[in-house]
Amino acid sequence: MADADKTFEKVRDIVVEQLGVEADEVSIDSTFIDDLGADSLDIVELIMAFEEEFNIEIPDEAAEKIKTVQDVVTYIDQNSK
Amino acid sequence: MLLDGKTALVTGASRGIGRAIALRLAAEGAHVAINYAGNTAKAEETKAAIEAAGGKAALFQADVSDSAQVEQMVAAVTEEFGTIDILVNNAGITRDGLLMRMKEEDFDAVLDTNLKGIFHVTKAVSKLMMKKRAGRIVNMASVVGIMGNAGQTNYAAAKAGVIGFTKSAAREFAARGITVNAVAPGFIATDMTAAMPEKAKEATLAAIPLRRMGEPEDVANAVAFLVSDQASYITGQVVKVDGGMVM
Repeated sequence: MADADKTFEKVRDIVVEQLGVEADEVSIDSTFIDDLGADSLDIVELIMAFEEEFNIEIPDEAAEKIKTVQDVVTYIDQNSK
Repeated sequence: MLLDGKTALVTGASRGIGRAIALRLAAEGAHVAINYAGNTAKAEETKAAIEAAGGKAALFQADVSDSAQVEQMVAAVTEEFGTIDILVNNAGITRDGLLMRMKEEDFDAVLDTNLKGIFHVTKAVSKLMMKKRAGRIVNMASVVGIMGNAGQTNYAAAKAGVIGFTKSAAREFAARGITVNAVAPGFIATDMTAAMPEKAKEATLAAIPLRRMGEPEDVANAVAFLVSDQASYITGQVVKVDGGMVM
């Protein structure tokens, strides 16, 4: 399995847990706010959960640009050690 | 009891109002994490008093103005008690003096402990509470943060800051079932007020409609209510416990 797929699965699990949505509602193109119903606090919590899970730091400037699940997966694959 | 099965972290709980709050929350059934900065003997006394009354408590030394120490403390409390349901930000110091003579380090020390300390502890604990979608936070303000007090520009500024912090955090956390309130004590009989000059004490008493100093227990009663389920619809408020000093 490609790294991006693995990353997507982990991201999806976190999104499911944090937002209380079903796994099949989360696709790579889902937007957090419009498709998954996240509010600004949810986004902060998600970012913190991603940081913890992937052991990375997502600075505010990067976090602001994250709109979709794809954005997160890309960021993590480019920045994880 | 009001707080059965809850875990409470009380900062600055070795003496004075913090000690009374720790005892009261424990008497209501909460497990109490007693934070203190340096006075181990007094902190041990608070713990012993809670245990003598059949309660459960543990000590956690940390300087709340130091974010690394705070992170460690919150991790240690979570390790010991499993979680934190209730946070009482009480730790505070005074470095009184008239503004013209006040040293910058005295201003900074009071702001660092009384205001920034609340930022550090609340930030660390809120992560737990956000996940749980529940929590109670009470910050210790002071009536001088509302009315000002000659000789306390640093303390009053910090306490006014605590009120703004409280209301902002209340708005941020409301959607997660976390309430944040402030309690503003007036003239309470503690070591802090015992250090006041006699004349200043008399003048202060004359301005209190109930004509007496408050006891730390008066403040603890208000805190116990605010951190209980009974206060679930109260957030962002400043509850004055001051004998009517400020209305």
